Amino acid sequence: MPRPLRIDRAGPFALFLALLALAAALLPAAPARADAEAIRPQVEALGIADGFDALEAAIAALAATGDPAAATVLEALSAGDLQVMKADKRVVIVRKDGAATIAVDPITGADIGEIGRRDAEKIRVNNRIRNAVAAAAAGLTLRAADPAVRRTAAAEMLRAADAAMVAPLAAALAAETDPETKAVMEQAWAAAVLKSDAPEADKLAAIDVLAHLGDRDALALLSAAVSQGGAVGEAAAAAVATIEGSLAVWGAAQNVWYGLSLGSVLLLAAIGLAITFGVMGVINMAHGEMVMLGAYTTFVVQEIIRTSFPGLFDWSLAIALPLAFLVAGGVGVVIERTVIRWLYGRPLETLLATWGLSLIIQQAIRTAFGPTNREVGNPSWMSGSFEIGQMSITYGRLWIVVFALAVFAGLMLLMRFTAFGLQMRAVTQNRRMASVMGIRTPWVDAMTFGLGSGIAGIAGVALSQIDNVSPNLGQSYIIDSFMVVVFGGVGNLWGTLVGAFTLGVVNKFLEPYAGAVLGKIFVLVFIILFIQKRPRGLFALKGRAVEA
Amino acid sequence: MILRRFLGDGGVVVLVVLLCAAAVLVPFANLGLAPDSPLHLDNSSVQLFGKYLAYALLALSVDLVWGYCGILSLGHGAFFALGGYAMGMYLMRQIGDRGVYANPVLPDFMVFLNWQELPWYWLGFDNFAFAALMVVLVPGLLAFVFGWFAFRSRVTGVYLSIITQAMTFALLLAFFRNDMGFGGNNGLTDFKDILGFNIQSAETRSGLFAATAIALALGLLVCRFVTRSKLGKVVVAIRDAESRTRFIGYRVEHYKLFIWTLSAVMAGIAGALYVPQVGIINPSEFSPANSIEAVIWVAVGGRGTLIGPVVGAVLVNWGKTYFTGALPEFWLFALGGLFVFVTLFLPKGIVGLLRGRRGAGVAKDKASAEIEKGVDAEPQAAE
Repeated sequence: MPRPLRIDRAGPFALFLALLALAAALLPAAPARADAEAIRPQVEALGIADGFDALEAAIAALAATGDPAAATVLEALSAGDLQVMKADKRVVIVRKDGAATIAVDPITGADIGEIGRRDAEKIRVNNRIRNAVAAAAAGLTLRAADPAVRRTAAAEMLRAADAAMVAPLAAALAAETDPETKAVMEQAWAAAVLKSDAPEADKLAAIDVLAHLGDRDALALLSAAVSQGGAVGEAAAAAVATIEGSLAVWGAAQNVWYGLSLGSVLLLAAIGLAITFGVMGVINMAHGEMVMLGAYTTFVVQEIIRTSFPGLFDWSLAIALPLAFLVAGGVGVVIERTVIRWLYGRPLETLLATWGLSLIIQQAIRTAFGPTNREVGNPSWMSGSFEIGQMSITYGRLWIVVFALAVFAGLMLLMRFTAFGLQMRAVTQNRRMASVMGIRTPWVDAMTFGLGSGIAGIAGVALSQIDNVSPNLGQSYIIDSFMVVVFGGVGNLWGTLVGAFTLGVVNKFLEPYAGAVLGKIFVLVFIILFIQKRPRGLFALKGRAVEA
Repeated sequence: MILRRFLGDGGVVVLVVLLCAAAVLVPFANLGLAPDSPLHLDNSSVQLFGKYLAYALLALSVDLVWGYCGILSLGHGAFFALGGYAMGMYLMRQIGDRGVYANPVLPDFMVFLNWQELPWYWLGFDNFAFAALMVVLVPGLLAFVFGWFAFRSRVTGVYLSIITQAMTFALLLAFFRNDMGFGGNNGLTDFKDILGFNIQSAETRSGLFAATAIALALGLLVCRFVTRSKLGKVVVAIRDAESRTRFIGYRVEHYKLFIWTLSAVMAGIAGALYVPQVGIINPSEFSPANSIEAVIWVAVGGRGTLIGPVVGAVLVNWGKTYFTGALPEFWLFALGGLFVFVTLFLPKGIVGLLRGRRGAGVAKDKASAEIEKGVDAEPQAAE
């Protein structure tokens, strides 16, 4: 059941005003009752009630009719707008229009006419009357025709947990037929019972109901009940312990999800780098800028769509993906052919040269688009979230995890089943031998670099959805990508997958204990130490041809 | 003729002499000459040159470890910054009660954070000798531990470069935290005096310049001594053919560790001389970009030489000062382009280029020739 809107808990008074407003707003949506006039006698009874007791009885009678129109009347009564004409004891709602006072029919809402200020007298209310009106309003909404209204009312009462609501809730429960609504009403009843002076057996039953509900609101209610002492207090304490245990498990699951989400982002960012490093042995310091180019491609595509084809917005990512691949891949191939080609066998120089290229690309983008963040919007299917148990999962992150795995699967297929993939693997294992067997290693190098950069580009499309698009986007991911590659090794794509998800999950698990920054520092120190044990990463290439 | 000696074997000696002369002449030009004299140097120039020389010392330390030992360190800025922080802590203690909050013991940022007493790692920094010891000890110790682990496990090449980058990045994140007790993202600043002398006065600036020039000269002499010794020759052998050197019987890890630690200590001293001259030390000195820039100074000047890094550091930083003033948007393009240009066309840097032209007899790089034919070069033969 989706969570209804929370109304600010300013006390029971606010609650009943809210309920009245809710009733007044929603009840008319119920099928219009042509015989609204049927409550006229009860409305009139409000006017002639002599004393607060009689007024209370009249209110109860009005509420008992179950008519939606009664809600408006009750709202006016509590606001002080319900008045009695002195002349004929007619009950009217009074409205101020500038200096004039207009009388309005309480049931139909039609204007009756202008009256003098002294022609009508306010029906006075005291606190007891207000409570009675509150109970009556609750009764009205709980008995509404539309089950959605009943459910909303019950959910609000669950939050407010007002002891005065026990009776109306019990009554409504007895009459309820819809099972979902019945469940919520039962919980609301349990919450109200705990706050009231009901007998112990009732309270124990209530604690049981709330324990099964098992969420944070129930935890708050039960924690308050622990102070009541005796058997009730003990039962509440036990229930609190159970709920806390279950919440801890869900909390851990949420952390695992965050870790997987971070891991998928790292995977996308790092996999292109791993491929390039595996085949060519060069660390491309401009890799982050390829990601940034992909993100900016998305921005440009969305700008064009926004101005020329607004209806295509939901397709913007699908259009941006191949474009980003081509743009980033193209830039990668150009870089390889113009700069990296001349630096074969000198990986450290390549590192420096690509660093210089990253500075140039960053400054170029900064000059072209400006140094500030650019807006990239989420398509509708990436907004919102859903819940599993006590953890919430956003659609955006879910799609990115799916996307990352799809990209990974695509690359595995490419490496396994295509000729190009075969050549890439051959060159990774033993460049000289591959060259001797007739593989054009310079061409493989160029295409690999292009592929790695292209993948970075489509990673940029995904990252544009969750991160700011600015010229510095690449810098935030480059160190993490390096860590994934160094940790996972370059012998195998699986190394990158395992490395990325491990680092993501470890990072997110450390966060609640050490904070985000310290957690990151621990991960970095861990990698530095891990490298001592396995200098070439988790899934290292083995063999004599590998650099000694 | 002097140029040939400069570029040739005796280049280091010439440079040392030049530096000693500068240590006397520059303060004279600033303090001794009247302001309207054509050779007068104003205060900001003295400070600028002092900064350049501190950077030159850093570049020298990077060259020692890269040009002579083949370890590309992308994290030497960490040692530079650690030395700088040690000096900064001494200078902060010297402020005493002249800070904004007028607390005689606690620096301003600690008062601001509601700290009641000085943390244990700040104790002793009111003594210059202790601070000087820390300048040498802290970067040295970090380098020793890091190097011991790394070289023992035979982490080399690109992997080593990446984890040096990780090291400096981790330190960057750590020092940015306010509760580390090092000033957080504001760093340490607002210094008042050093060794009793007002840090802002022209005389102190000249004194600091002279100290930096002398330190650089000493550094050059030490490096010359080390690289010409037997140890130095083994280190060059490690650079060119590590496995072979190991199989011959040399304990490669020990040599690497020695050079690495020495280089870190030099970088720390450079940082300590840098901080009083610029007046601030903050965590962005740890950023990987700074360390990579130090590498480019060496590459531009000429690695594997000792005068190269000095020349490169001064040239590139002068260019940066000029361009960020005149054409700021252009500077990053220029810097990036410099990286690409130097690695592609000036593999030996400016000094190496000039040496080659003057016929100092540099043998053609056999490894490069093999590469162009498409044959795999040996792993460590990168030049």
